[in-house]
Amino acid sequence: MASTIRVRATATGDTTEVQALIQHPMDTGLVKDAQGQIIPAHFIQQLTFEHNGKTVFLANWGTAVSKDPYVKFSFKGANKGDDLRISWVDNKGATDNTTAKIQ
Amino acid sequence: MFRTILCPAFAALAAAALACVAASAIAASDKADPKTNAGINPVADATAFRKFFTDKFPKVKLEEFVNGPYSMDEDLHKQWEEKEQFAPYEFALETGKDMFSTPFRNGKTYADCFPNGGIGIRQNYPYFDEKEGKVVTLELALNRCREANSEAPYSYVKDEMASLTAYMAFTSRSKPMDIRIPNDPRALEAYENGKRYFYTRRGQLNFSCATCHVQSPGEHIRAEILAPALGILNAMPIYRSEWSGMGTTSRRFITCNSQTRAVPLEPQSDEYRDVEYFLSYVANGLPISGPGARP
Amino acid sequence: MNLDRTSATRRLVLKGAGSVALIGAGVYLGFETGFGILPALAAANGKYPEEAFKQKSDADAIKALYGKTAEASDKVKLDAPEIAENGAVVPIAVATTLPDVTSISFFVSENPNALAASYVIPAGTVPAIANRLKMAKTCNVIAIVESSGKLFSATKEVKVTVGGCGG
Repeated sequence: MASTIRVRATATGDTTEVQALIQHPMDTGLVKDAQGQIIPAHFIQQLTFEHNGKTVFLANWGTAVSKDPYVKFSFKGANKGDDLRISWVDNKGATDNTTAKIQ
Repeated sequence: MFRTILCPAFAALAAAALACVAASAIAASDKADPKTNAGINPVADATAFRKFFTDKFPKVKLEEFVNGPYSMDEDLHKQWEEKEQFAPYEFALETGKDMFSTPFRNGKTYADCFPNGGIGIRQNYPYFDEKEGKVVTLELALNRCREANSEAPYSYVKDEMASLTAYMAFTSRSKPMDIRIPNDPRALEAYENGKRYFYTRRGQLNFSCATCHVQSPGEHIRAEILAPALGILNAMPIYRSEWSGMGTTSRRFITCNSQTRAVPLEPQSDEYRDVEYFLSYVANGLPISGPGARP
Repeated sequence: MNLDRTSATRRLVLKGAGSVALIGAGVYLGFETGFGILPALAAANGKYPEEAFKQKSDADAIKALYGKTAEASDKVKLDAPEIAENGAVVPIAVATTLPDVTSISFFVSENPNALAASYVIPAGTVPAIANRLKMAKTCNVIAIVESSGKLFSATKEVKVTVGGCGG
């Protein structure tokens, strides 16, 4: 799987719990490498979760979010088998997205 | 001072006197003493080792010791539980699974090198190879598999090796550690050598492994909480927050030696293989919990 | 009128946020945000709050993000460890029983820039979040919940230590 996004979305009744773990360095731009050069800031700025074309969660992140960032939240109105689309964009303009089925 | 604390705990052992002497003698000699073979009793050692920890921590369930520092502190345990919901080793585990099933250039796979296709066997490592006369660890076996199939070996401390062993450990999760010591004087000597290394003080700080992990589990070393030695390898390989990445048993042995200002050995050196043998054996029966996350 | 603007904003957020592409300073979604309301809405719209992330102190970051101040509330439950296992990965969660939550944000007072993360909570999303943040040193973690247009906060000190086996 080439995607950086791992998702676990589980529906219990009307509520779907979503956990996401994303592979990303989330470099702060404050750390030097072995040669003493600053490693430039490289971090996800926005992470969006959509269900039926509607945004159900939007994360605005800075460099203080941990490497390989994680987030958990819940939302209502989805059913098992529905699609959940997750996408992110980082400060370098890179993006990634994936679609997961709600279990 | 340490002698009086450690020795009574192992008073039941026939080899106790020898272990204490070895620990205090800072054995410069690593030659086998023919006299000690007769006194080596791994079964009694394992029983006493286990009893020492369960007596010291009556509230900790036996299988929980494999969680290291998390079994020693509530606040740490809670942070660990949260992280385990979606663990930092997740990516290495996935990579490991892909790597494991990817054939070598010659068409063979790792499965061809291992019993049961390499699945659910981690708890049997390390083992004593009677042909070679030495302890063989899982990492060693993996690199030998690669070399036998004309592939370059991996570094023993992290990256690919950590990913592969993460996957193999995962397929053995919750299986009890099951290390065998054949009735072979060389195997007994390797075991004893590992035990001796474990209890020998070394380096500037004059610490032995036991100083921290038998003497002071649950206590602080500067700002960190020490893990108990019982089951300490069951979670390997580990994602350490400190490393922001994965590391194998070799990585941890080396960094621990460095941090206690002792001379680190080469990965998979005889002493490291033997101490892994000893530590794994005395953890027999405790579940494999790897891959693991640690501070 | 403020309410109309908020719900119009929300509809646009829900339609537009999925297609936001950010390069450098960010992209406006093309709705009116004048009348000095921009700071107050910065948190609840789809725009990346660049200015708020640049602020040093939590007070300045909260101002840049929301344009108002918060009152402490025991209805905001902040879950954070006593002593962080490692300052690079501190699991922090917040949950609240407050109604009509539109935004939840986390600040780490002694970080170089106090704002760590800010979340938009559309209607239908439960106002409870768990995330993992970096903390440079022992200090306060502040969770802000925007409920019915007002800000409520909870604060907890988390100790961050360095040194041990890990050097």
